Amino acid sequence: MTGAIEVVRAGALTTVQDAGRIGWAHLGVPRAGALDAPSRRLANRLAGNPADAALLETTVTGCAVRADRPVVAVVGGAPCRVTVDGRPVAWGAPVHVPAGAVLDAGPAVRGLRSYLAFGGGLLPEPVLGSRSADLLSGLGPAPLRDGDVLPLGHEAPRPVAADVVPWPAAPGELVLPVRLGPRHTWFTDEALRTLTTATYRVSPHSNRIGLRTEGPALTRAREGELPSEGMVLGAIQVPPDGRPVVFLNDHPTTGGYPVIGVVRETALAGAAQAVPGTRVRFVGAG
Amino acid sequence: MSAGTGAARPSADAGTAEGISVLPAGSGALLVELSSGEHAEAFHAELLRRRARGELPAVREIVPGARTVLLGGIADGSARLARELLTWRIPPLRRDTGDAVEIPVVYDGPDLADVAAAWGVTAADVPRIHAGTEFRVAFCGFAPGFGYLTGLPEHLHTPRRATPRTRVPAGALALAGEYSGVYPRPSPGGWQIIGRMPEPGDLWNPAREPAALLSPGARVRFVAAEVRP
Repeated sequence: MTGAIEVVRAGALTTVQDAGRIGWAHLGVPRAGALDAPSRRLANRLAGNPADAALLETTVTGCAVRADRPVVAVVGGAPCRVTVDGRPVAWGAPVHVPAGAVLDAGPAVRGLRSYLAFGGGLLPEPVLGSRSADLLSGLGPAPLRDGDVLPLGHEAPRPVAADVVPWPAAPGELVLPVRLGPRHTWFTDEALRTLTTATYRVSPHSNRIGLRTEGPALTRAREGELPSEGMVLGAIQVPPDGRPVVFLNDHPTTGGYPVIGVVRETALAGAAQAVPGTRVRFVGAG
Repeated sequence: MSAGTGAARPSADAGTAEGISVLPAGSGALLVELSSGEHAEAFHAELLRRRARGELPAVREIVPGARTVLLGGIADGSARLARELLTWRIPPLRRDTGDAVEIPVVYDGPDLADVAAAWGVTAADVPRIHAGTEFRVAFCGFAPGFGYLTGLPEHLHTPRRATPRTRVPAGALALAGEYSGVYPRPSPGGWQIIGRMPEPGDLWNPAREPAALLSPGARVRFVAAEVRP
């Protein structure tokens, strides 16, 4: 049975996300996709969906929706209070939501981004093979507003049963393994020492494009402009203020500030859940 | 040079040969740096040829830049590929005889006089010179559908505006440094605007296959349209 969900409370920033738009960077198209990929996969699995089905990614304040058919929903990622028509239900597990009932994912208790997966997945029109919202270039469905309606796909006959599922916890301290390069030679030896020994903190100016940090500035050994070059997910770009920015899924495909190193991709789910002020340590990963 | 952190600082390159360096960009990605923009375009063309012939290991992304090509999502053997790239003989960029993408434009931009002054020609010469040039898409970026087009000789490279505009309209044809480009959508910008593409929606249309009118390596010609009153 197909159907639709209606947005009752959009929250601060709620977007549709899937596995992203990969393979189009040469045309200037960012990859987008859920920032916390393990939570995206787990929420979908528990809802009986393929791991790359489209779901909702909230930011800090959660969101609320109403489905026009009975639907299995899973709220995971950042822990939050979950209710159906005001009654508390399980977080991080499949919940049966009756037709017309309001599923509310409250503000994140820890972490930043909760994920709402629905049996059958969300089916807004795909763009270049993905239903993800890309906030840098505006591709895919726009961030949700109250009253928006999103089509649902066919629900799997029976959601996957799982007893105890470990959800990754929001990091108390964000440890980011870094491989130096491609432009570490643009920085002083002192800057390279600082990167891997100093403590940074997550800046409140972080977003889906990048995790910005506060901490000691990294000084350049080489001045001048870097001709635009391709950027990878997890690249640590150092803008003129010297504070490292870790590129997340909506990062620009090319950039002109030197990349001192690249964070291991598996560590980026933690970056997606690190609240402003969280301590950040970059550690050498060889 | 002492890094102080011992083994933490790898050598600058994964490898270097004449005019080409291969730099690590995390695991499974290599940034290949060439000696010039033209060399980078030739290297990119060679990569596409080898991929078409099935001679390249699986890579998810080939992203050209101004002097570089990024190989991303290398399934395995990135160290081997890095060594191999250094041994390639790169044929010089061919002036292809195939069809060029034609972009109709009206040369009536607000910076025509400034560009003419920078080039040492009259404002009327700018459209003739620009539309008489064969461009290539060196790389894309900035926004989906935006191509950085090379082809103007060095003496016609153009400085950016001293003060960027807060809003450049979609379709603006603009110059900066060695590049020409057409804005697919409104944006702030510091490039010198010499004209406009009347139908900028053609640059990027995700419902069309291909979505982008301009992709890296494509040849491009601008065709001057009459100014409508």
